[in-house]
Order: sequence, then C-alpha cells, then structure tokens
Amino acid sequence: MFKKILIANRGEIAVRVIRACHEMGIAAVAVYSDVDRAALHVRKADEAYPIGPAAASESYLNIQKILDVAARSGADAIHPGYGFLSENAKFARACAEAGVKFIGPTAAAMEAMGSKTRARQAMERAGVPFVPGTSRGLESFEQAQQVAEQIGYPVMLKAAAGGGGKGMRLVHAAGDLKSALDSARSEAERAFGDGEVYIEKAIINPRHIEVQVLADEHGNTVYLGERECSLQRRHQKVVEEAPSPIVDPDMRRRMGEVAVRVAQAAGYTNAGTVEFLVDQQKNFYFLEMNTRLQVEHPVTELITGLDLVHLQIRIAKGERLPFTQDDVKVRGHAIECRIYAEDPDDNYFPSPGKITLLLLPSGPGIRRDSGMYEGWTVPMDYDPLLAKLIGYGTDRDQAIGRLTRALSEYFVGGIKTNISLFRRILNHPDFRSAKIDTGFLDRMLKQTNEQPDSQADAEATEVAVIAAGMFATLGSAAAGVDERSATDGSTNTVESASNWKAAARREALR
Amino acid sequence: MTYEISINGKNYRLELNQSAGQWSCRLNGREIEVDAVLARPNVLSLRIGNKAYEVKCERVASDVHIWVGSQRFAPEVRDPRSLRSRSHAADDHGPRKLTAPMPGKVVRILLAQGVEVEAGAGVVVVEAMKMQNEVKSPKKGTIQKILVSEGAAVSAGDVLAIVE
Repeated sequence: MFKKILIANRGEIAVRVIRACHEMGIAAVAVYSDVDRAALHVRKADEAYPIGPAAASESYLNIQKILDVAARSGADAIHPGYGFLSENAKFARACAEAGVKFIGPTAAAMEAMGSKTRARQAMERAGVPFVPGTSRGLESFEQAQQVAEQIGYPVMLKAAAGGGGKGMRLVHAAGDLKSALDSARSEAERAFGDGEVYIEKAIINPRHIEVQVLADEHGNTVYLGERECSLQRRHQKVVEEAPSPIVDPDMRRRMGEVAVRVAQAAGYTNAGTVEFLVDQQKNFYFLEMNTRLQVEHPVTELITGLDLVHLQIRIAKGERLPFTQDDVKVRGHAIECRIYAEDPDDNYFPSPGKITLLLLPSGPGIRRDSGMYEGWTVPMDYDPLLAKLIGYGTDRDQAIGRLTRALSEYFVGGIKTNISLFRRILNHPDFRSAKIDTGFLDRMLKQTNEQPDSQADAEATEVAVIAAGMFATLGSAAAGVDERSATDGSTNTVESASNWKAAARREALR
Repeated sequence: MTYEISINGKNYRLELNQSAGQWSCRLNGREIEVDAVLARPNVLSLRIGNKAYEVKCERVASDVHIWVGSQRFAPEVRDPRSLRSRSHAADDHGPRKLTAPMPGKVVRILLAQGVEVEAGAGVVVVEAMKMQNEVKSPKKGTIQKILVSEGAAVSAGDVLAIVE
C-alpha cells in the first residue's frame, strides 16, 4: 500500500480524504495557501506545507508547487479531491512523469472526457444516447442559427470546457440567440480560457440523474447505482439523493450499463460519474462524464456500504475491484444537503467571516462531512461549500425525517448559511412526493411569501424577549472569553484566570 | 434589572432578577416561571414553566440575534437606567447607501454617476468566493456618487455608491 498521500485540495474534501488515509494506515500530507493556515485540513494532516498566496492560480492550481511538496514530503501518491486540479490532464501527466501516482483516471481518459464535444464523438461511436445537437464547437453565429432551427427551440448553449453552469445559456427564441452566444462565449473564455461553445436541444424541466462508476486497472468496471441531483440553483447542485425516486431496478440496470460503456469507451480507470438528463417519459440522455470523485459521493457510499475513497486508493495502487457487479446492492435511502456560506435572505450572496458559534447534529443515520470549526474564519477566496449533511434511512421518508431533525440541531453562528433553505425544501409537498426536476428550486424560491421561518409566533417571540434580557444580564460571561477579547479588544492578560471566572459564573447560573 | 425590549416593532417590558442561580421574571407585569442554564457560551437551556427551549445568541459585529429553534429575532434591548439606546431608523427618503454585502473585489460598475436608476437595478458587481453578485439600488432615483473603482478590494459594509 502507499505510505504517504498528498491531498491537493482544501475544505471538507481534504478532510474526507485525510480521514480515509488514516483509516488505511497511510500518512496524509496537506497543502495550504496563506489564508488557509488555520483550516481544518491542516489541523488533521500529518504534515502540512504552505504553497503560496490565496489566489488558487498561485497555490492550489499551481502544478509545480504541488509536485515540489510531493517530492519534499516523499509522498508516493496524490489525491486531487474535486475541483482545482482534479480534472486537469496536464496535472495527471505531470504526476506520472514525476513518479507520483495520481489517484484518478489517466490523462488520456481525462482528455477524452474533459472536452464535452470530444467526449461526445467517442460516445456516439459507442452507441450512447444523446440529446440532439452539435457534437462540435460552433464556428459561427450563422451555424448556430442553422442548427437551432433544425433541432427546434428552446436550445441550450454550453461551454465545451465547461462545468458548474459557467458558459451555459438557455435560448427560447431566435431573437435571443446572438446575445446569448456572445455572452456564453465570453463567460467560457473568462472561466476556462477556452471560448468554444456548442448547442443542444433544451429539455425543459428534466431530471439530472448520474451514475457512479468504478473501474480498476485490470479491465473491470462496475456501476454503483444512481444519484438524483435535480435540485439545483444556477446549475449548482444543492440537494442530492440516492437512489433516485423514479429509477426502478430495470432502469438502474439500463443506465448503469450505458455508464459502464461510456467509461470503457474512454479507457477509464478509478472513480467517475456519468451524468444523464432524464425527460418526463424517463428517456435518459448522456450529458457528460465527470472524471473525479463527486461532492455528493457520500449518498452512494451510504446506500451501497462502500467507501469510495478507500476504493480509489486501492485501485490506484493496482488492486483489483474486490467485488463484482452482482455483489453491488442498493439498500436504504440517503439525502445530502450542501451547506454553503451564503445568505438566503439576500439573494444567496456569499457570506464569508468568522464562525462564532457552531452546534453540531449527530445521532442515528446522520453523517456530516465538514471543513469548518467554531472560531474559524471562512475565507472569501474559495467556493462557499462549508460542509455536507447527509441523512440515511431505511426508506426515503425516514431519511427526510432524520435529515430534518438533524438540520434543526445544526447551528452555524456568525456567518449566514443556507440551512433554512433545506428546511423549506424538505418540507415542500412536491419534494416529499418526489415531484422534482431541475426547475424545482427556482420555482420554490419564487413562492416567496410562504416562509414559516420568518413568521415569528407569539410564544417564540416571548422566549426571545426573555433570553435577550438574560444574555444582557449575563453580559460577557455568556459570550465566552474568546468572544469578549475578540470584540472589544480588551487586553486580558491572565487568560486562564478569566476562564476560571467565566466558569464560576456559569456555575452560579445553575 | 428592568429592560425595554422591542422585537418586530412590538415593545416589551422585562423585569429580570437573578440570585443564587434562580431567576425571577416579569414580562409586561406578568409573572413568569423561568429557569436557565448557560450550557456553553451563547447557548441557554431555558425552561419556561415546564417547556424547554435551546436559545442561541449570535453576535455579528454590533448586531445581536436571538435564535429560538429555527426562528431568528433581532431584539433591541434598552436598559432605561443607561443612556445607551440604539436605534436604526430606516429612512426611505433622502440619499441611500449601497454597501458591500461581503468582502470581495469590485469587478464591474454597471451605472455611471448621475444616471437615473430603478429600484432593484444592479449598480456595482462584487466578486467573492467565485461568485459575481450585483449590488442593487434600494430605491428609484439618481446615482449621486460612485465611491469605488473596478478592481478595488472592499470589506463588508463598505459604501459602494449613493443613490439619491
């Protein structure tokens, strides 16, 4: 087995991978940018190396710096997490050349999949079902016009190098095509350094369902069931679940077999995800393959009982898959909420800052993958994902019940988070009855007035009044020592003595 | 100790006394049986009668929020004996400030000084955490002043522009 793995990432996924390393008796090496010195992944790692300024391009995306740390630390493998360098073929190749195992697919497989248009050509040959459209980048506005007329409006423009909704535009009518094409191109150029855009028939209110695949380096490929990822905002996933409420065993097998064919056509190894759009008649169309571990991988882990990161590491070491397709059984139901540092009352603006109070949920069927802790300041420089809260149950209703209960225990103070959004989603009758599609969240958010959260009831208001008075009476004792010195800047020289005092005051309260 | 507390525009008079770990409480003259344990800083386990509540106190800069379950309150607490009295009277008339909702970088100025603006129209685009966000005009009027330039780093609460 590997002796030491470098994790080229930050946040909750870095912590997730470090934990897997430790579970397998492997040392974990963290890297961090200037603003991440205090980050949780640095605290959890066995070794940690600074790699430069906050800007990702000068730290987490800098291939040379990461490889230097690999050499200095003597790491024999690199886990890229998701985002950053995880789907960068140049990086995978540079690792191979430096003699460090990249835990993921080969550079060649990534390149085949990384460009959506090239992936499409390879898949068409393998007989994979596609949404009608161009499989090549658009050369001109005239060509775009022509293709759009042919397949019929509405159409979707997409960046060939894209992901995360960047460079995507929905066009309802011919009159809007020109401006949408221009803005999609410039957005793609800005985000990916590649302005190539292609066109597809837009499927209105589709479901987004993806299949997890796993391939070893000896030609064995399996699928591990699907994930329903239809709940999205601005093309970013918000809630994911497994299995999908609309996929029956037969459909699971058909989608899984296509996913395996996709992976095999690209010579794919390690963990990957094949994304499909599913229309109202349950026809599924290949969308793209993500050549990395997904954010939402825990829901698959919970319903299959497998640890995907352990398996990624074993596969990268050259081991064979320890099970066959027939051994894979889907059991129970899991739902994940992505906890973001953003303000639901203010148009989901990012909300970095110091976490002043953190209360954590636990109990049956609850898994929490987190990169935050109380007292930590969330930097403004990266993706606002703080943590993932996953509920598991025998069936969907129980998973929803557990997750709802856990959300009520979860409290993040000092910054704004989207926790209240999940309460609304999980209580929504359409979500409860699994009538969801990619338009669900936008529709729900438009129904602004029914917000039970903000409708303060009289009882809670009285409780708040009494508590407000008590906190005022208790003053700094109730705020904690750290808080007091942080907010009023008073120089408390005998820190331990004041801790004792605070404890004494707490005692007096009983 | 007597407090005047207002929440959502309603005023409450709260008398609180604490001795030997016991609280006595009168709310608007009505006697209420309460019992409280500070479970940890900023978290009170409260019993009112026999009903139990976990109440959180969230302090952000100068604001204090009280959370009862998933409901958030922004109480204004005045101690009549002290002269300190905070009030944030929102004023729809006269100039209004557009402030940065979070720390970040100004990536675009959408409207120039002197231009007329509709309520809700984007004026400045601030980028943070890979997201671009339009800071919108709180009212219909004229852009009196733009106080930042493209590329500038801003902190939460910094004034970006003034709409008159």
